[in-house]
This record gives sequence, C-alpha cells and structure tokens, in this order.
Amino acid sequence: MSAVATGPAAGLPRWAVLALLPGLNLLAAFAVSGLVVVLIGENPWQVVRILVWGAFGFEEAIGYTLFYATNFIFTGLAVAVAFHCGLFNIGGEGQAYVGGLGVALVCLHLDFLPFALIVPAAVAGAALFGAAWAFVPAWLQARRGSHIVITTIMFNFIAASVMVYLLVNVMARPGSMEPETRGFAPHAYLPPMHEALGAVGIEIAASPLNLSFPWALLCAAGVWLFLWHTRAGYRLRAAGASPAAALYGGISPPRQVLVAMLVSGALAGFMSLNELMGVQHRLVLEFTAGYGFAGIAVALMGRGHPAGVVLASVLFGALYQGGAELAFEVPRITRDMVVVIQGLVILFAGALEFMFVPALRAALLRRVGG
Amino acid sequence: MAVPVLDSTLRLSVPLILAALAGLFSERSGIIDIGLEGKMLGAAFAAAATAALTGSPWAGLAAGVGVSVLLAMVHGYACITHRGNQVVSGLALNILASGLTAVLGVAWFAQGGRTPQLPGEARFLLLEWPGAAALRDMPGLGAVYGELLSGHNLLVYLAFLAVPAVGWVLYRTRFGLRLRAAGENPHSVDAAGVPVPGLRYRALVCTGVLCGVAGTYLSLAQSAGFINDMTAGKGYIALAALIFGKWRPVPAMLACLLFGLLDAVAIRLQGTDIPGVGEVPVQLVQALPYILTVVLLAGFIGRAVPPRALGVPYVKER
Repeated sequence: MSAVATGPAAGLPRWAVLALLPGLNLLAAFAVSGLVVVLIGENPWQVVRILVWGAFGFEEAIGYTLFYATNFIFTGLAVAVAFHCGLFNIGGEGQAYVGGLGVALVCLHLDFLPFALIVPAAVAGAALFGAAWAFVPAWLQARRGSHIVITTIMFNFIAASVMVYLLVNVMARPGSMEPETRGFAPHAYLPPMHEALGAVGIEIAASPLNLSFPWALLCAAGVWLFLWHTRAGYRLRAAGASPAAALYGGISPPRQVLVAMLVSGALAGFMSLNELMGVQHRLVLEFTAGYGFAGIAVALMGRGHPAGVVLASVLFGALYQGGAELAFEVPRITRDMVVVIQGLVILFAGALEFMFVPALRAALLRRVGG
Repeated sequence: MAVPVLDSTLRLSVPLILAALAGLFSERSGIIDIGLEGKMLGAAFAAAATAALTGSPWAGLAAGVGVSVLLAMVHGYACITHRGNQVVSGLALNILASGLTAVLGVAWFAQGGRTPQLPGEARFLLLEWPGAAALRDMPGLGAVYGELLSGHNLLVYLAFLAVPAVGWVLYRTRFGLRLRAAGENPHSVDAAGVPVPGLRYRALVCTGVLCGVAGTYLSLAQSAGFINDMTAGKGYIALAALIFGKWRPVPAMLACLLFGLLDAVAIRLQGTDIPGVGEVPVQLVQALPYILTVVLLAGFIGRAVPPRALGVPYVKER
C-alpha cells in the first residue's frame, strides 16, 4: 500500500485521507447542525450534552444505541458491497422491506419448527427475499443497461405498494383492521442480549438489543473476508474499479453486477431480523423507517470498509438513541433533528467529500516542504 | 364521470409537470437531479411559513422559489464546483429537506409539523372564467369549458404555459442549445469558448425556480398550509415522468398527465368493483408509474436514452 493517496485527494498522506478528511467532514456536518439548533433557539452545547448522555450515559442507553446500530450495520454493509462493484444501491429500503416479508413468511408458516431451525430458516428467508428484490434492478442493469440508481428508487416505491397490499388484503390478522400480521410464535423471537448473556452468567441491563447484533458483526467480518480475501470478492472489486480491465482479465462485469446486488440485497434483508424477530414480533407497515436510506450515509462515513461501517453505525445508533432522549428533554427539538444531521453527513462526507482537500494540501504539504 | 376525473387529473399533474420541467433543465445540462423531491418539500414549507406570516401568497411564492434555488445552488456547489457524486448530493438534499421542514415546523409553529391553516387571501385561489357557471351544467363542451378549463388557480395555467416556454428555451435559444450541448458533449461547449460550470449553474437556477413553483403549488394552492412530508414521493414520480418522456418537454408533460390520471383514478377506484375484473387493488394503480418507468428503462417499450454526459463531472482539459 502506498503512503500517498491517489484520486482527487492525490498527494496527501494516507492518514490524512483516512482519518483527518472524514473527521473534518463530520465536524462540518455537526457545525451546520449546531447552526440549525441555534436557529430554533436552543443551546447547541446543551443539545450535545443530552445527546451523548442519552446515547452512552447509562447501561440501558448503550443497549439501545447498539440496537439501532445493528440496523445501520446491515444496511450500511449492503450499500458498501454494491459500492465496491461501482454500483449505487439506493434500494436498501425496499430490499429490507421485502426481506421482512421473507422473515414473516417463515415465522408465520414454519412455526412448527423448533427455535434452532426456525432462526436459520428466517435468516435464509430474509436473505432470499432481499436478494430477490435486488435481483431485478441488477439484471436490468447488467443485461439491459437500465440505470440502477433509477430502477432501485422505483423498486423502493413498488415494494411499498406491494407490502401495503399484502398487509391490508392478504396477510392482515383475521378480524383486525390494523395493517399487520398476527404475532409470531414466542419461539420465533430472537432472544435479547440481556437474556442470552444472562444465561451464561453475564448481567447487563435490559434493552431490545438482541442476537441480531452479533450476527451483524459476523456479517461485517464476512463482508471483509469476502471482498478482500476471496477470488469472488476480487472479481467483484475488479469489475467495480475498471470494467474494461476486468473484462480483459477474464471477468464478466455484468455477472459481477448480479453477484454484488444479490449480496447487497441479502444484507439489507437481514435488517428485518433485528426489527421483526427482535422487537416487533409481527410484520408491520413501514418497519424499515428510513434505515435503508441511512445505510448510504453509514457506508459513505465508513468509506466502504466493514470496520468503518461498524464504527459509523455506532455513531448513527448513538444519534438515534440520543435523539430520542433529546426529544424527551427538549420537546422543541423533535427526533427529526437526527434526520437533519443524517442529511448533512451525507452531504459533507459524501457529495462534498473533497471540499477540504485544497486547504489540507496547502496546510500539510507546505510544512513538509513539498 | 369523465370530466371530474380529468379535472382532478389536471390538478394532480401540475406539481409533476413543474418538477419534471425542473429536472429537464438540470439533466439536459448533464447534472443528475434526484433532489426534485427535497427542493419541492423545502419550497412548500417556506411558501406556507411565509404566507402564514405575511398573509401574501406572492411573498410565499418568492420564499418558496428562494429556498428551492438555494438548495439547487448547494447541489451545484457539490456537483459542479467540487465534482462530487450527483446522486449522493441529491439524496443528501432530500433527506436534509425532509428533516429540516419537520424540525423547523415543530419549533416555529408548534402544531406537530404543520404550518397554520391559511386563510383564502394568503393562497392562490381558483380563477373562474367568464360564463363558466352558466355553461357548467351543459353537457359536452359546456362542461369541458366550465369545469375542466375554468376554475383552476393561476399556478395551474402557469404550469401548462411553462411547457411550450421550456421547449422554446431549450430548442430555440442560444442558452438552450448550449445547455443541451453541455449535457451531451461538454468539451464542445468549452471549445466554443463557453464555460461549462457557469452554464450548468444557470441550468440549476432554472431547476430551482420551477421546483419552487411546484412546491408552492402544493402548500398554497392545492392545500391551505404545509403538512409533514407533503410531497409524498411526487418528486420521484416527476423524475420517472421525465425519464418516461425521454427528457423532452412535451412527452414529459404527457407522462405527467398519465401519472396524474392514474393517481386520480386510484382515488376513485377505492373499493369499487369493475365488471368482469373485480376489485382492482389501489396499490397496483399507485405503483403503475414506477412499474411503467422500469419497463421503459428496460427497453421493452421504446428506449430511454439519457443525455450522454449525464452524471459525469466536467473536468476542463489543460
């Protein structure tokens, strides 16, 4: 690995590109968020204090922070895998939603299975349905050249319509007007971490954090192994870095598009495990609640690396949990403040990624004497 | 039956037409704009908030257009000046707008994210054409004149006038020629001595203005105030219509009318049986614009070819 970065940030030392630049971008996003708080007429320092306390200040809060982070890890990894193949998967929201359908079908119709079988079946269901929803845009991109950004956006809306139809007309609990299915059988619940760890003698505070969290960490490790330590991962990244060179090396770029999107869709689908089997215990409308879109922010913040995605997920999980406490303590600031911060992070860490490069170059390279 | 459906089709397709024309400017100049939704939402909020404070729809329109242009300029700063990813930037602005309108709405007006209900004089009201009331009950042309053509607000007529106007700007002016060239082959524009960034910034100003009018229409004409997330995906439908219309003004307008018709029909279909078919799921009709766009993009009905330089940041040759 070279010590100097290439691309738009060419010439800067590696540590500056990997740590300083994202740090500055995040700082800029937070600074503008602080301005919004001032505009509302509240004290930004007070807000930061409540946010940090609400996210990490007590044991239960940490559980909630990691619970939200679990959703972000899955959707963030989904976006990251597609990124490495040069694809922009905006469809995480729809893929997670349809993945939830797979989970619900397993939990509702295969509930004669014992816990040890129903969980892997649900994991498979989430992966299968999430991947299937990603397959159509992927195939259209690979074989018919339709722009995947547009098709995945369209598929988010189609997924929303399909799920409303199914939940209202087909899967709704008999005799109920609520657009939700009947509850899952108790042995189809994912045990919360405080119970799982309690069973081996470790006491932690009760929270919705459940077994999906270790599964998310496993997936992050799996994505890292897959992308950088398998041939399939190499092919995928080669096709993303340079389709022409990949083709010359005997790799079929359209095929890699399919592989990347199937993996991406499956990862997004896993998000529904955490929400449905961990907390809701039934299929409900719009349980994805924007996590799919937030995954884009997470992947950008984590610079597409699984370790970065996990770190960024904890950051966003903290914002969600801290934001909930904030809305409770300061009623004038609603939880939508987190959405504002999210948007600003995407803007500064994503679209304006290299805004500080000229300034950094001037500051760093002059001192080195370059 | 037919005239009321067409009447609501017109009203529902107006924001789509304005937003699709807005996207036309941006995309024909080479900048992907998935941020139509956010600009409309920001404009709808600014217009309603300003109209609530000043009592003037015109001040509201100015504020709506102002906010929308501002967001378009942020998009330009990221995509043109810093050559950032255009999809990421548009998405960021959408998320930012949906968060900001909700946060500021609650903090400023304390009505759960709504702006205060606007009185009639702070809105764009319906314009009655001469003799419309007398002709309305007459079948045929009378009903068409009395109900379909008359009785809309100013912005509706503005939207339909904007279609030929945009077509004229795009195909008959020097600015339009350069704009289209910037979207197809920016190097040729540069070679002719016209700076590409300036041209694209100007295209984004047009995008901002049209999105601003579209958003204002939602909160000051169609409704009497701002409601949380009131664009509800209209920006994306407009984007779909723009693609469906193959990035051309008149076909894009026709696509907007088609999608508006589907919306109008979906509202009326709710719970009615069609002989021989049974009940058509409303959700299917609602999803049709997206499905049709995907089918078109897949090349099964015609071919939608985007401007060649769309999404590619321009780097001047040295």
